[in-house]
Amino acid sequence: MSIDGRLPQRQLSQASLGSRRGAVMAFSEADTCLDIQGLSLAYAGKPALKDLTLRIPRHRVTAFIGPSGCGKSTLLRALNRLHDLNEDVSRRGSIYLDGHDIHDSRVAVSELRRRVGMVFQAPNPFPMSIYDNVAFGLRLQGGLSKRRIDDVVEWALKSAALWEEVKGRLRASAWSLSGGQQQRLVIARTLAVEPEVLLLDEPASALDPISTLKIEELIRTLKPHLTLVLVTHNMQQAARVSDYTAFLHNGELVEYGPTDTLFTHPRLRRTENYITGRMVG
Amino acid sequence: MKIPGHTAVGSKTLRRPHEGPWAWLAAASVALSVLMLGALIVLLSVKGLANFWPSTLHEVILDDGDTVIGVPFEQRTLPGGEGVERRYWIANRDDGGGIWRWLSVPRLASDQTPDDLVVLERRHWGTFFGRLVAVRLEGERLTGEAAWLAMEQRLKELDALRQARQQLTRDDILPLIRRMEREPSSSETQHRLDDRQLQALQARAKELRRLQQGGVLVLENSQGQRQEQPLEEVLDAWRPNAMAWYEKLGHWGGELWQFLSEGPRDANTAGGVWPAIFGTILMVLLMSVLVTPFGVLAAVYLNEVAHQGRLTRLVRIGVRNLAGVPSIVYGVFGLGVFVYGIGGSIDRWFFDSSLPSPTFGTGGLLWASLTLALLTLPVVIVATEEGLSRIPLHQREGALALGATRFETLTRVVLPMAMPAMLTGLILAVARAAGEVAPLMLVGVAKLAPQVPVDGEFPFLHLERKFMHLGYHIYDAAFHSSDVQAAMPLVYATALLLVVVILVLNLTAIFMRHYLRKRHGAPVRR
Ligand SMILES: Nc1ncnc2c1ncn2[C@@H]1O[C@H](COP(=O)(O)OP(=O)(O)O)[C@@H](O)[C@H]1O
Ligand SMILES: [Mg+2]
Repeated sequence: MSIDGRLPQRQLSQASLGSRRGAVMAFSEADTCLDIQGLSLAYAGKPALKDLTLRIPRHRVTAFIGPSGCGKSTLLRALNRLHDLNEDVSRRGSIYLDGHDIHDSRVAVSELRRRVGMVFQAPNPFPMSIYDNVAFGLRLQGGLSKRRIDDVVEWALKSAALWEEVKGRLRASAWSLSGGQQQRLVIARTLAVEPEVLLLDEPASALDPISTLKIEELIRTLKPHLTLVLVTHNMQQAARVSDYTAFLHNGELVEYGPTDTLFTHPRLRRTENYITGRMVG
Repeated sequence: MKIPGHTAVGSKTLRRPHEGPWAWLAAASVALSVLMLGALIVLLSVKGLANFWPSTLHEVILDDGDTVIGVPFEQRTLPGGEGVERRYWIANRDDGGGIWRWLSVPRLASDQTPDDLVVLERRHWGTFFGRLVAVRLEGERLTGEAAWLAMEQRLKELDALRQARQQLTRDDILPLIRRMEREPSSSETQHRLDDRQLQALQARAKELRRLQQGGVLVLENSQGQRQEQPLEEVLDAWRPNAMAWYEKLGHWGGELWQFLSEGPRDANTAGGVWPAIFGTILMVLLMSVLVTPFGVLAAVYLNEVAHQGRLTRLVRIGVRNLAGVPSIVYGVFGLGVFVYGIGGSIDRWFFDSSLPSPTFGTGGLLWASLTLALLTLPVVIVATEEGLSRIPLHQREGALALGATRFETLTRVVLPMAMPAMLTGLILAVARAAGEVAPLMLVGVAKLAPQVPVDGEFPFLHLERKFMHLGYHIYDAAFHSSDVQAAMPLVYATALLLVVVILVLNLTAIFMRHYLRKRHGAPVRR
């Protein structure tokens, strides 16, 4: 996604995806944004992810669902190497972003994290003004003029559907916003550095229904411009906004496919039990 | 409407459920603490501030005809009902007796407060109580009210002359002498020039001194004995019994101002405490400047950088325990390491010419500040670490997820958020350091250093100089003066001042913290 209107080159046809029932590879190699190969991860020897292999399509919304503790957040955090700081974490397997191994020693992890942005469950704006929050990532890059930062801040806030609510008080503390506004501010802050991938870890679980709807609406409008990965424990939400859904259980990838297929004709009994609510999570 | 069995919420009659005795106990201990603190402040204020009030002078005649002029101080009942005694401050140390006298109250034949009694503040022999008989000035002899007016006029002139002379010494003569000492090897012509200038300055000082001479007061003490008092030694004179309340108030303000703005006299039992105020504040500021970066860096290392293993835990426990080491131990360390060790080496390397008289190899402002910085380091480290560890992980992750490096996360998110905690640490450090006296006695405090360590001479801040300190001044006046009783009011006043100085320093930091919290949008908590 880009402020300059560099819009995505390749668009997938929705029809072609739905036609092949249950197929994981409903998109071509070229449309793969993130490619996870045999990923295993353990916290202090305790496995949290077990040999996961899946491909996440470009400019689509992919949802991770599963009972809590199944490893959704762990997987998401692996995608921008947020586990790096935790000495207890051990990993096997690879992750490719646009064909490049993100664990390659030549990859600067801060650059990776800029390209793969992340929004957390609890809104975490910095204790600064609304403006400074959005400008935070830009200022890290340095060398940008004041005007340019102004422009990007406005654009990011508009992209996150927050501009109308805050344009009069950009200098106010970010902590004075409501929870839903804070979460959209965090999304704006992430968009400001123009990421290619946006990871959302239960972004609406701490919000009221109206704020939740706004976030979902936002996800839909962002979809044409960047790849979204959404962790949610809310099946309706996954069904509403995602194109693909992966069901995880006990650190394993149980079933992965186009959302309509997965929800209407799950291949496995385990998946069916979970989405029909027979498996309590 | 009243529903039976229900209590109207919000009305005054609402009864809290029975809280049990612990609530009362807790409330009582809070009340007691507040009461004790209040009593402390009130005692210091009353005893300290009353000292500057021009108290009424009494002239009492005893049944045997003996006359005493003085200020009644306290009264006590003698054991066994043998009457009541009253203690008078009778001043006049030059009369041979003490400055205090116990009088038996039943023996007082008369007790009056005549308007013509005067109080003189003198450079030598302290305070005088008595009467002004005459003034001899420039060959003239004046008596009565004319004498009083002439004396007041002359005292004003003397004050101006004294100040001019002090200024000359402080701003011109001393800097020149120090420069000549520092550069003894400069050229012959320069040397001769300096010498000539010094002589001119000293001649001017002598002239100012001479202008002060002349003028004699003829005084009469309570016994009617006459004595002559050179006017130049009189610093102030007033007639308390003839003053209206607003005149007294003005006098009180003036005395208080002198106390705050002047240097001490009479072996620290009289005069002001300005050098001590200045020294205390300067030392605390220097200490803050030294301790903050070290403490914050150490805390950042312990909390953010170091592997959280057994060694880090051990270091942390060690730091916490250092906070409990008695301050005199730090004083000994400072003396051994800073003064003799580092200071001695500096002297040998840079001030070789002035040896054996030490420059840095003796106690001074720098070593005192360093010692106190070391003393308060644990407090700053612990408070900062606590602040750092309270910053939620998701704030750091938020920054990291935007592509910030660990260092950027630290400097742009974590440290600003921990700023209030650092200031809390600094507040605790200041509170501890400003009141510390014991280690200072080893590393640089002076009984008398009328020259404050900042002046117009390069490098302006003289880190090697000794300095005065309010805490030490209290100790010195209370235990080392010739008359502890007489110095007591000054001790109280100085103690009050020390409390006020610490309060002001702390309030400054607290306001800064408040401001920072507001700016960073965090909920304000005090
Ligand atoms: N930092 C951590 N240290 C140790 N174990 C963790 C950590 N984070 C998560 N886990 C464990 O890993 C498993 C997966 O957790 P998580 O990915 O958070 O699940 P989900 O997001 O699906 O609820 C859980 O069993 C959890 O207890
Ligand atoms: Mg989770």
